[in-house]
Amino acid sequence: MIPITIAQLAIIGFAFFMLLNSAAIMVYVERKVCAFLQQRVGPTLTGPAGLLQPLADIVKLIFKEELRPKAADAFLFTLAPCIAAVAAFAAFATVPFGAETTFFGLLDQPVGLHVSDVNVAVLVVFAVSSMGVYGIVLAGWASNSKYSLLGALRSSAQMISYELSYGMALASVILVAGSLSLRDIVDGQAGAWFGFLPRWYVFIQPLAFLIYMIAGIAETNRAPFDFPEAEQELVAGYHTEYSSMRFAMFFMAEYINMVTVSAVATDLFLGGWHGPLIPVQFGWVWFLLKVGFLLFVYVWIRWTLPRIRYDQLMQFGWKWLLPAAVLNVIATAAGILYFGA
Amino acid sequence: MVFYLFAAIAVVSSALVIGQRNPIYSVLLLIASFGAISGLYVQLDAPFLAVIQIIVYAGAIMVLFLYVVMLLNAPREDAAEWDRLHPVRHPNAARFGAVLATLLVVQLGWALSRTLGVREAVGARADATVVSSVRALGRTLFTDYLFAFEATSILILVAMVGAVFLARREVDQR
Amino acid sequence: MTPLSHYLILSATLFAIGTAGVFMRRNLITILLSIEIMLNAVNLTFVAFGRYLGTVNGQIIVTFVMTVAAAEAAVGLAIVVALYRHRESLNPDAFTALKW
Repeated sequence: MIPITIAQLAIIGFAFFMLLNSAAIMVYVERKVCAFLQQRVGPTLTGPAGLLQPLADIVKLIFKEELRPKAADAFLFTLAPCIAAVAAFAAFATVPFGAETTFFGLLDQPVGLHVSDVNVAVLVVFAVSSMGVYGIVLAGWASNSKYSLLGALRSSAQMISYELSYGMALASVILVAGSLSLRDIVDGQAGAWFGFLPRWYVFIQPLAFLIYMIAGIAETNRAPFDFPEAEQELVAGYHTEYSSMRFAMFFMAEYINMVTVSAVATDLFLGGWHGPLIPVQFGWVWFLLKVGFLLFVYVWIRWTLPRIRYDQLMQFGWKWLLPAAVLNVIATAAGILYFGA
Repeated sequence: MVFYLFAAIAVVSSALVIGQRNPIYSVLLLIASFGAISGLYVQLDAPFLAVIQIIVYAGAIMVLFLYVVMLLNAPREDAAEWDRLHPVRHPNAARFGAVLATLLVVQLGWALSRTLGVREAVGARADATVVSSVRALGRTLFTDYLFAFEATSILILVAMVGAVFLARREVDQR
Repeated sequence: MTPLSHYLILSATLFAIGTAGVFMRRNLITILLSIEIMLNAVNLTFVAFGRYLGTVNGQIIVTFVMTVAAAEAAVGLAIVVALYRHRESLNPDAFTALKW
């Protein structure tokens, strides 16, 4: 048993390390992609082609002065970024990112590439990411400043509104897959129809995929739904009064939430680690490519679309997205009942 | 061993909830208590219920409490008001409450000690697979308890309408 | 495996803590929080017995209790908001209009 435990601990450490790195990589990707979309080159001076830019950013954030407003609630002020960061990391705990592998025969039994495999994995991701709301609400409240409070209340109201559509999109995939475990859902997407079209659920449930991505963008306070952090209206929303490492925690939490949403979307809709030409033991390469593609789409949408007004955002979430998600679930259930899949 | 850890967290958090001056701390401590109870549900082979506890209780109901506390701006009680209202300043109320609580624990303890099989391990009689399967839960919910399920949906609708109506601002007669 | 009695003692303790909170606190919101503690204690009892008896009914009843608790918290908080607007106080002793 000892090699298995060591392998599992190594996988946990590796997943944590890669999540931290992904925040840094996303900083660079965002700056470069936004630059190319805006017909300029972005960071080029820090290291070759600006590759050391994230390092420069991290060093800057570490050395900044730690400020705290005098009237802020000290305990909650420090607790809020911790909650945001912990929820962001913990949500990735039940997301599998590769098939069972024995690492070229180093282990006696194959071990799956995940931090933990529970049979209600989809709901655990949903539950833990809904804990992230507290980080934002407490940050706004503890800062004792009007911009922060407004930003926090807007942001949390937006997040809990879009969580409903998020859950409904998940429900339609669960109906098709017949299981709550992410590993089972991915394994149900192996193989291909007619030899070339992969059995991904995005082809059976395109509307659910769309709803999931839109709700995911709203959940992570990104792209056209980042009104709570609108630099033009609210200074910086709920993280106005934060600096240095506390701000870095929020910053990191946002990117890691993006990565988690993309990873879960890959597992649910894009076939996870299954793909042509590579044996399934190395499926994590496909997983990385698909997650990378979704993250690129995230950045692309952010720098292309204008920000939506807050009441338009809430209207869209409640009047269009939620009914569409509910109708999707009903149609899926009717389809399964009729076709007996 | 894990049970005792979660049980200690639940009891200590709940005891602190009722003793806090600041309602925001009370809400946060209650969330910690809910997390511990969710862990106990996992111990009892009910993983679906554990996750639903986090989603519904800790993720929705407590957010509602937090919003109301922030809306009413309740926590900034000054010290004099708090000292005047704290239970230990009302000896009769505190004594009455403590006596009732102790009586309650004694009664519950007596009743529960007369339950059959209470000394056995909680997993002794039945296997875990019957209880922990979400499929079995769903099947029973939608066949045996279908009426209660539909009635609950009407209950939620009524609660939604009631909450919106009760909390609305009175419109000025202009 | 822990004995069933341990779970029941824990539930009884949580229930008693919730009851004490309802009696002793003079803040409407904390009273509602104590009611939630009591409901959770009851949920724990149901799940423990359900596991012991090997039936899924315990979990189903808990689902319903959670739903009812959510509805009750929503309506209760709406009433608290309405009362606060009327009286500017969250102390239950301030609402004496129905006293004889």
